Amino acid sequence: MANPWCFFWFVSKKPIIWQPWNTQIDFQNMNTFDPSDRRNFIKKASLGSFAALLGTDIVFALPKGYLPVALENDPQKLFGKHKDLIVRNNLPWNVEPPAHLLDDKITPADKMFIRNNGLVPENIDVAKWILTIKGEAIDQEKTYTLEELKTKFPRHTYHLVLECGGNGRSEFYPPTEGNQWELGAVSCAEWTGVRLKDILADVGIKSNAVYVGFHAADLHLSRDANKEAISRGIPIDKAREDETLVAFQMNGKDIPLVHGHPLRLIASGFPASVSGKWLTALSVRDRVHDGEKMAPPSYSIPCDPVEAGAEVANENMCIIEKMPVKSLITYPKSGAMIKENATLGIRGHAWTGESRITKTEYSIDFGATWKPCQLERGKNKYAWQGFEAKVDFPKKGYYEVWVKATDDSGMSQPMLTPGWNPKGYLNNACHRIAIKVT
Amino acid sequence: MRERLNTRYYTIILGLGILILVLVGYFFYDTAVQEQVDFIAADAPIPLEDIENRIENGVHVQTGLLDGEGLNLVIAHCTACHSAQLVTQNRADRDGWKKMIVWMQETQNLWDLGTQEETILDYLAKNYAPEEVGSGNFRRAPLKDIEWYELEK
Repeated sequence: MANPWCFFWFVSKKPIIWQPWNTQIDFQNMNTFDPSDRRNFIKKASLGSFAALLGTDIVFALPKGYLPVALENDPQKLFGKHKDLIVRNNLPWNVEPPAHLLDDKITPADKMFIRNNGLVPENIDVAKWILTIKGEAIDQEKTYTLEELKTKFPRHTYHLVLECGGNGRSEFYPPTEGNQWELGAVSCAEWTGVRLKDILADVGIKSNAVYVGFHAADLHLSRDANKEAISRGIPIDKAREDETLVAFQMNGKDIPLVHGHPLRLIASGFPASVSGKWLTALSVRDRVHDGEKMAPPSYSIPCDPVEAGAEVANENMCIIEKMPVKSLITYPKSGAMIKENATLGIRGHAWTGESRITKTEYSIDFGATWKPCQLERGKNKYAWQGFEAKVDFPKKGYYEVWVKATDDSGMSQPMLTPGWNPKGYLNNACHRIAIKVT
Repeated sequence: MRERLNTRYYTIILGLGILILVLVGYFFYDTAVQEQVDFIAADAPIPLEDIENRIENGVHVQTGLLDGEGLNLVIAHCTACHSAQLVTQNRADRDGWKKMIVWMQETQNLWDLGTQEETILDYLAKNYAPEEVGSGNFRRAPLKDIEWYELEK
């Protein structure tokens, strides 16, 4: 709802975001919310009167004020998530399952992590949804409706891992800034869509194409409509892989709202931040895409290894591409107590953004000895591969079961937290669970 | 005389009428513009009237932020865009928090915090400092006091 003073904004033609009189706007109407209103209020308030911000006085001092603590802090009700998922952040939404909830071969929607950089778009009109292909490296901008995408190109379905680049960040020391993910910012769902390379071929791209960046409908946290929440991208070779999809289905159904309905990019094997949700446009670039969160320190690591806690200049940071070898024990849940002489069945998944996993092993003696697990092949490239083993324990006591995966080039996982980096990416340290034999 | 006065009144009334029409017109225009900015209810703020002032065990109940000097400023500035959880789950020294603020100012539309920045940094550095090495928050302490030297060939 507007207030009359906005008239003068209209006359003065200043950008709406800088209205100093916006504190009068009725924030009950949520769509008028603008964080800079708060800035202007704060500028005017003295430190003394500010102490009353949380008190009742302020109701009179700032009649139509607000505090953006989310209305509803329950992803179970909001997004149909499993009740045991952990909320890292509710503005924007960042939610992860504990490891044992990732036991399914195909991650169901209710157990899939949420990593949002901005605000979930609403009022999605599927009938009017358009994908625009643009950029320096195409001759002619082209648009497709959802229906055209679904009917014009062959459909493909793959099991594809999506893992947040910052999964495992909580283990780095000195601590690194961002959502403090533990183990669960990873999923492997069944994605259906059309190949990005088929779309690019239909549009016709020039030989100078080096990168494809995405644009999406989510709103920046500052509610600045001119600013993208996230607009990352992939090198052209990645865009041309068979498994890189413009997807419209997850696990045989429309993609859930919070996971990118009605259209998203899926480029498995790279940090999941390149798999843009709520996809509206793709830019075929003649340079490395320079959208929001492409610049370091976001999704970048030092080009050369650094000591823990080091300061690294932006020009010495490199964009993360392939995700490392990793594995997760999804059964049993850590903390299991078993009877002496009982055999413990363990299982989980192993994956890599590089090639394929050829070996998984477990240890019950902190890595002194390793024994093989049975390993599945996985449905396709970038699918996670199931492993399982039967574990015997020599005597009563406290044990940790550790698991380690190795790929076809011999690349494996560190038992310790790997090389520190300023934003805490790529922690692929071995997962372990606690077991007590009684 | 009276007629001239009446004419003046009419002019004033007519002027006011036009002003009101313009304001009403702008009301609809402004509403239309604002409604283009959509987000789901889950990402929406709550009205100030619903803020609670409760501190329990040194924690501001509604946001989870630790009580202390600067709490109100942190709530006011930092939670305008993101939840307080993005603060409470992170640890950094004063320089580290300053770096995050600068990054948000350079790339995320955070405004100039003016003289209040000092109080905010004091609050963050004091209440959300990195835990001491050895408190069990990592798997193995990083090497420290390294004396770098060039190995003779």
